[in-house]
Amino acid sequence: MSDHELDEGKRRFLLTATIVASGVAAATAAVPFVASMLPSERAKAAGAPVEADISQLAPGQKMTVEWRGKPVWIVRRTPEMLNAVKEDDPRVADPESKRSQQPDYAKNEFRSLKPEYLVVVGICTHLGCSPVDRFAAQPEAFEADWRGGFYCPCHGSLFDLAGRVYRNKPAPDNLTVPPYKFLADTKLVIGEDSKGA
Amino acid sequence: MDVTHTKPPISHKNKPPVTGAGPLNELLTWVDQRFPLLTLWREHASEYYAPKNFNFWYYFGSLAILVLVIQIATGIFLVMHYKPDAGQAFASVEYIMRDVPGGWIIRYMHSTGASAFFIVIYLHMFRGLLYGSYRSPRELLWIVGMLIYLMLMAEAFFGYLLPWGQMSYWGAQVIVNLFDALPLIGPELALWIRGDYVVSDATLNRFFSFHVIAIPLVLLGLVAAHIMALHEVGSNNPDGIEIKANLGPDGHPVDGIPFHPYYSVKDTLGVMVFLAIFAIIMFFMPEFGGYFLEYNNFIPADPLKTPSHIAPVWYFTPYYSILRATTSQFTYVLAAAVVAYTILIWRSAASARAKMVTPVVAVILLAGLFAIDAKVWGVALMGLAVLIFFLLPWLDVSPVKSIRYRGGLYKSALALFVIVFVVLGYFGTQPVTDLGTRLSQLCTLLYFAFFLLMPWYTRMDRTRPTPTRLTH
Repeated sequence: MSDHELDEGKRRFLLTATIVASGVAAATAAVPFVASMLPSERAKAAGAPVEADISQLAPGQKMTVEWRGKPVWIVRRTPEMLNAVKEDDPRVADPESKRSQQPDYAKNEFRSLKPEYLVVVGICTHLGCSPVDRFAAQPEAFEADWRGGFYCPCHGSLFDLAGRVYRNKPAPDNLTVPPYKFLADTKLVIGEDSKGA
Repeated sequence: MDVTHTKPPISHKNKPPVTGAGPLNELLTWVDQRFPLLTLWREHASEYYAPKNFNFWYYFGSLAILVLVIQIATGIFLVMHYKPDAGQAFASVEYIMRDVPGGWIIRYMHSTGASAFFIVIYLHMFRGLLYGSYRSPRELLWIVGMLIYLMLMAEAFFGYLLPWGQMSYWGAQVIVNLFDALPLIGPELALWIRGDYVVSDATLNRFFSFHVIAIPLVLLGLVAAHIMALHEVGSNNPDGIEIKANLGPDGHPVDGIPFHPYYSVKDTLGVMVFLAIFAIIMFFMPEFGGYFLEYNNFIPADPLKTPSHIAPVWYFTPYYSILRATTSQFTYVLAAAVVAYTILIWRSAASARAKMVTPVVAVILLAGLFAIDAKVWGVALMGLAVLIFFLLPWLDVSPVKSIRYRGGLYKSALALFVIVFVVLGYFGTQPVTDLGTRLSQLCTLLYFAFFLLMPWYTRMDRTRPTPTRLTH
């Protein structure tokens, strides 16, 4: 054995091959562990549409329903509130909702199927807090010329009564409009629209 | 029979018996012949020579270990009664507080311990800034320490979800959504962290797993590495000079004294004072005016309603302020800062390569500042504010380490940094106001200036010559 020359090249090759093979094995073994942290089948199945009865909702009021674990707001807007939305156009970052998320039928100034009813996911597009209602048009600490809307307590984003975000606020986009449709004049279904789905 | 035992096994050779332990001598000798007991003891205690002039600031290392032990011990007992289930978690914490004998004090020890941990660690880090303890040859020691700090932040964040109160829930929601803001992989990553489309039972369960086993294991390993690295290079001291440069005839530093008994006794005093303060807080003000335990966290988590004012616990608020300060208007200020910094580097860089690379990096940054949402930059700055500490050993080019021999520039910069850190921390606990946002933006700039301008002001600083021996 002692007169054998040490084959450094072969040794390095074997070492590299062993490292590569073990690396592949380790990466493969990591797959189930990484995958186990993804949403389970049960969590995925829990996204069924929900119905909302809006017969008790008075003009100027808001109700909240839970859809996929998130709050969905339904606001019955008065003519004054709709007026405020129109006046807000120059103050919001994305007045025509070009870059925001909503179904096509809500891609309009009032961001709704029927102007009277606003349906949005009540989760701030910044970091996911739920903004609070400040419907009265009156001077507020966060905005002197306030015409009503929503205020996010976490990082100070402001949204108007169509869920459109004000300029120069941390939230980048308008509040998301979920797919929804009217089953009757006073009955909504959220999470499903008339185009099948 | 005796004949076979005349020759001791090879491993017993050359190891003198243990003395000085009284009735335990024989037992310890038996152990020492099978385990490096005395070697370890000498290396890390009785013959670990530490500088003789340690002052007040040197209490916080040993106190950090004490708090770690408190957290692990109390945590073990809390887990005996806690239920990591979204339906039961809040009630099980209240059950611990009301029905488990002694449960309330164990819980308050754990919650007070969390804040105490950060107080001790922040003072420990400040000591490093005062005396340049991160400078060569202690760079790796500093890096391991920073990793401990990062792990501690993760541990605190995961633990804060467990009581499943309003602040737990919405705090986790906001922090997980930070990852959602990352370009390309963000939404998938946030989904993977949560394990669901919203913070839910799945999230609570995995945070419990991270909090009680994954992070503590890593933390213990890092603490061991931190101490090993410290004992390899030796402790720094308030004069910031190397005591190993002056060895006595016995081969030990003339300005060094054995850790045991000198500093074990000194640290015991620190432990007693610390425990007295700790007990006062635990018994008389465990919520500490809403800073250690936030009042909103005594309301069960409600996924449909964010509390009217949410803020992280105090130890995260400086970074949280930086996050909130980064509005789309502020990106213009950042762009101006990038341009100014590029000119500064370009003018003082000597190498041609640096002169080439810097403008390229600047252009990429500027393009990013205008192309990517302010929200992403807020997250990036927040992360950078923590990570930039890692670079300290290379940003500081002063010829001296300790504040004692530095000039007015560094002293002012450090004082300003402490003020900025506290101001950012204060505004992070407050609701958003215009004034608060403006001041936070100013402080964010100053925060980064402390680090990024360090190569210049530490070079320009008028330092005093360091002594060759420790002073006091």
